[in-house]
Amino acid sequence: MTFRSIKSLLVKTFSVFSLLLATQAFAGENHTPAPAGAGVEATATTEAHGAKKEGDFNVTETILEHIKDDHSWHLWGHTSIHLPVILKTSKGFEVFSSEKLVDEHHEPAIYKGNFDYKLIEGKTKIVDANGNVDVEASKQLWDFSITKNVASLFVSVFILLVVLLSAAAAYKKTGVKSAPKGLQSFMEPIILFVRDEVAIPNIGAKKAGKYMPFLLTIFFLILINNFLGLIPFFPGGANVSGNIAFTMTLAVFVFIVVNVSANKSYWEHIFWMPGMHWSMKLFLAPIELIGVFTKPISLMIRLFANITAGHILVLSLICLIFIFKTVFASAIAVPFAVFIGMIELLVAFLQAFIFTMLAAMYIGMATEEHHHDAHGEAAHH
Amino acid sequence: MLLEINPLVLPDIGLVFWNTVAFLLLLVVLGKFAWKPILKAINDREQGIEDALAKADKMKAELATMQSENEALLAKAREERATLIKEAKETADKMVAEAKEKAKAQYDSIVADAQVAINQQKNAALTDVKNQVGALVIEVAEKVLHKELSNKAAQETYINELAEGVKLN
Repeated sequence: MTFRSIKSLLVKTFSVFSLLLATQAFAGENHTPAPAGAGVEATATTEAHGAKKEGDFNVTETILEHIKDDHSWHLWGHTSIHLPVILKTSKGFEVFSSEKLVDEHHEPAIYKGNFDYKLIEGKTKIVDANGNVDVEASKQLWDFSITKNVASLFVSVFILLVVLLSAAAAYKKTGVKSAPKGLQSFMEPIILFVRDEVAIPNIGAKKAGKYMPFLLTIFFLILINNFLGLIPFFPGGANVSGNIAFTMTLAVFVFIVVNVSANKSYWEHIFWMPGMHWSMKLFLAPIELIGVFTKPISLMIRLFANITAGHILVLSLICLIFIFKTVFASAIAVPFAVFIGMIELLVAFLQAFIFTMLAAMYIGMATEEHHHDAHGEAAHH
Repeated sequence: MLLEINPLVLPDIGLVFWNTVAFLLLLVVLGKFAWKPILKAINDREQGIEDALAKADKMKAELATMQSENEALLAKAREERATLIKEAKETADKMVAEAKEKAKAQYDSIVADAQVAINQQKNAALTDVKNQVGALVIEVAEKVLHKELSNKAAQETYINELAEGVKLN
C-alpha cells in the first residue's frame, strides 16, 4: 500500500510539468501525508507553524510556493525580510510592512488599514469584518507591493548597472587601442555575440545599431534573472524570469518596438499580401493579423514555461527525498538535481539568447525592405 | 472549477508595473552610459584594426614595388659596370697595341738609324783604314821602291795606280 501511494505521488509530482495551466482545485487534491519535519521549506515552516502543519507535507504546495511570488524574502532559518506592501485602493495609496499581514504562526492575518486586508492564496484582498472577501472592493485594489520578485528584479537591475557601467568606464579609461581587461573582457564577448550572432544576421548591419541597446538590455536582464533564479538562497531564490508578469512585460516591449518600427511593406504583407489572388488576400489577412500577436505571446510563454519547468524539475527531484521518506533517496535525487542544475545553466543562457534572437528576428521582419519578390517572402512568413 | 486559471499564469499588476519601470530605467541608463560607449569603443577598435590591416597591406605593396625597382636599378648598374669594364679593357688593349706599335716603330727607326750610322762609321773606318793602309803601303812601297825606284814621282804615280786598283769591299 505504501509503495502504491509513493508511486501515485511520483506520478503526480512529475505531472506538475503539465500543470502550468491546471486548476487550483486540481492542485489542491495532491494532498498526501508525509512525516513531520520533512521538506526543505517544510522543516522551517512546520517548526514555525507549530501544530497546524505538523504531519503534512504537500509536494505540489511546496513546489508551487517556491515558484510563486511572496511578500517576504526568506534568508535562513526563521529569518526573512518582510517586504513593503503598497496598495492603491479607492481611498488612495497605503504602504505598510508585509509583517502585518501574517500572525506569529506565519498564517495570514487581517490588517486594518483604510480597509481590512488579508492574504487569500498569496494575493492581497479586502475582507469584511467576518474575514470574507469583499469582491466589489477588491476589484478596486491595485497591489504595487515590493514582492520577492520585485525585490529580486531590483537586485538584478543593481547588479547590471554596477557591472555594465564599470565595464563602460573601463573603455573610457583604457581607451580603444588597448585590449579589454577583467570585467570588460568578460562582457565584451557577450556583447559581440549579441551584435554578431543575434542583431546583425536578423536585422541587417545597417539597421542593427539602432536596436542594439534594446536587444542588449533585454538579453542581459533575462540572463541575470535566469542566473539569479538558479541560486537557491538570498540574493537569488526568486523566480523572476519564470514569472508570467516578467515575461509578459518584456514581450509587450518587443511587441511595441516591432510594431512601431514596422515599415509600410510589413503592414502591406499582413493586410493585403502582394502577389496573391484577392480571395487569398482576404483569407490571409486575419491569419497574418493573429500572427502579429502570437509572436510576442510565444515569447512570453516560452521563457516563462522553460524557466518554471526547470525550477519545478529541480524541486521535484529534491522532494523525492521527502516522498521516499529516507535520506538514501538523496543518493539519486541530489546527483540528478545537480545534473538538471547544469542543464538549467545552459537553459538560462539559451532562453535569454532565444528571446533576444526572436525579438531581433521579429524586428528584422518588420523593418525588412521588400523588393516585390513574392516568392522570397513566402519563406519568411 | 476546472477552467479556473492557475495563478502561475495570472500576471500580477505589481510586478508588471515594477518590471516596466526597471526595464525602462535599464534601457535609458544603460543605453546612454553603457551600450553607447561600449559599442562605440568596440566599433572604433574594429575600425582601427581594419585600418591598420589595410595600411599594412598598402605598405607591403609599396615595399614590393620598391624592391622590384631596386632590382631593376641593380640590374642596370650591373650592366653599366659590365659596359664600363668592357670599354676600359678595350681602351687598355688599344693603348697597349698603340704603345707596342709605337715602340716597334721607334725600334725600327733606331735600328735603321743605327744601321745608317754603322754604315757611315764603317765606311769612314774603311776609308780611314784604306787611307792608313794606303799610307802604310806607300811607306812600305816607298821603302821598297826607294830601293828599286830612284824617281820619287814615278814611284808615287805608280802607287796611286795600284791603290786605285785595290778593291776594298
